[in-house]
Amino acid sequence: MASKIELNNLTFYYGNFMALKDVNMNIVGNAITALIGPSGCGKSTLLRTINRTNELIDGTRLEGKVLIDGKDIYDAQIDIIELRKKVGMVFQRPNCFPLSVYDNVAYGPVVHGTKKKAELDKIVEESLIATWLWDDLKDKLKRSALSLSLDYQQRLCIARVLAIGSEIILLDEPCSALDPITTLRIEELLVSLKENYTIVIVTHNMQQAARVSDYSGYMLLGELVEFNQTSKIFTSPKDKRTEDYITGRFG
Amino acid sequence: MKYNERLIQSGLLITAFSTIAILILIGVFILKEGLPVILKVGIKDFICGVNWSPIEEQFGIFPMIMGSIWITAGALLFSLPLSLACAIYLAEFSTPKIGKILKPTIELLAGIPSVVYGFMGMVILFPLIRNYLGGPGPCILAASIILGIMILPTITSISIDSLQAVPYSYREGSLALGATRWQTVKMVVLPAARSGIIAGIILGVGRAVGETMAVIMIAGNAVIIPDSILDPVRTLTTNIALEMNFATGEHRQALFATGIVLFIVIMLLNIIANLIAKRKVITK
Repeated sequence: MASKIELNNLTFYYGNFMALKDVNMNIVGNAITALIGPSGCGKSTLLRTINRTNELIDGTRLEGKVLIDGKDIYDAQIDIIELRKKVGMVFQRPNCFPLSVYDNVAYGPVVHGTKKKAELDKIVEESLIATWLWDDLKDKLKRSALSLSLDYQQRLCIARVLAIGSEIILLDEPCSALDPITTLRIEELLVSLKENYTIVIVTHNMQQAARVSDYSGYMLLGELVEFNQTSKIFTSPKDKRTEDYITGRFG
Repeated sequence: MKYNERLIQSGLLITAFSTIAILILIGVFILKEGLPVILKVGIKDFICGVNWSPIEEQFGIFPMIMGSIWITAGALLFSLPLSLACAIYLAEFSTPKIGKILKPTIELLAGIPSVVYGFMGMVILFPLIRNYLGGPGPCILAASIILGIMILPTITSISIDSLQAVPYSYREGSLALGATRWQTVKMVVLPAARSGIIAGIILGVGRAVGETMAVIMIAGNAVIIPDSILDPVRTLTTNIALEMNFATGEHRQALFATGIVLFIVIMLLNIIANLIAKRKVITK
């Protein structure tokens, strides 16, 4: 299968600290790829190189290449705003803006120049339907997003990403603030979305990776130790270190 | 040891409450001195009366109220764009290095004695206004510009604080959606910091209403209801400062009564600012 995202010899530094070491990875489109590993292993850093949000931090440096649809996204010609439109991101804690539900979802399209109310209404409705929020929220669009429960807020954050027409959705431990039942709902949602999107999820919950993902990568100390189909990673890991982590002997 | 502890605690308590006692004492004192004349003239005639001539026992402070409103509004008009631009730049765009130079400099403005501001107004603004706009110089415009500069540090530093209190995750979320930094500031950060900024503006207004020395020097002090920004005016504060020296009897009481009005206005402004600032915490 053709890969949507390609990481070639990717090395990343925060100041002098090497957070990613020579990572090579081909992420397939219309599938869920999970990155697992202990805290501080570089999974979030890896995720953030894909939409260049790492650059918001001072003193970072990147070597190697990140290709999306075959194009180097660190090329000087790349429009970073277009890139971030194409590669949406959902964070660890829901970060809904202190605006209404409607304005949260419409935020991206407005920022990117959609002005017509009818068009915005349609985008908001579609995004909320896709994230299973429409039925519950269609009468509460004017309510502050911050008054919603965390699980709704997180789904609203996903809706916000869908609204800008992203093709790739990056999720950085999206369920760590949620309880098991609402976590399950988000997971089901992700599975339903993979038909149309390429999803990369960082999680330190191995069961979650096993439940939702098609491919898994195990990271340790900045290295991608093993990357394969999830079923293979969890049943017959090739690397001893992966096995130790998965069987719970480490991490 | 335990005894000592209790002694210190109650000592601190008494000291802390003594500030409230001072506030109450001042309040009671000016009420006692000023209230009789308000009751005699009538609240409505005192506040809405347009005639202030102590010799004829006419005590209407409406011209002074208008003077205060005009000058304060002008100061706000002048100061708001400057201080907001300053705050947004410092909180959102400047490098830490520039911030380290600019922020203390702006705060230094608050440390300049008001008489110096008045002096600068007389020396610099009067000739400019005389030459380019006409009139003798002392007027609403001059006072507004100077007061605008004086309240700049108040509004700026409170605005910076409330902008910086906006969680980083909002900015990150917005940038990750492909918004530019200015879009992020305009659409997410400013609305989130709104109540703090409004509280800062209200405190700035309080400062402008209460300022006396600089205003005496540059506002012209004529007891008239102005109809142009080049008219000289007298404010509530300057009215007291100008006449207290020689006032006796009812005249003196009327000045204290002016003080009551000021006291109430400033208290209200501060209470509103506090309430608005508190609301911010709840919504977060």
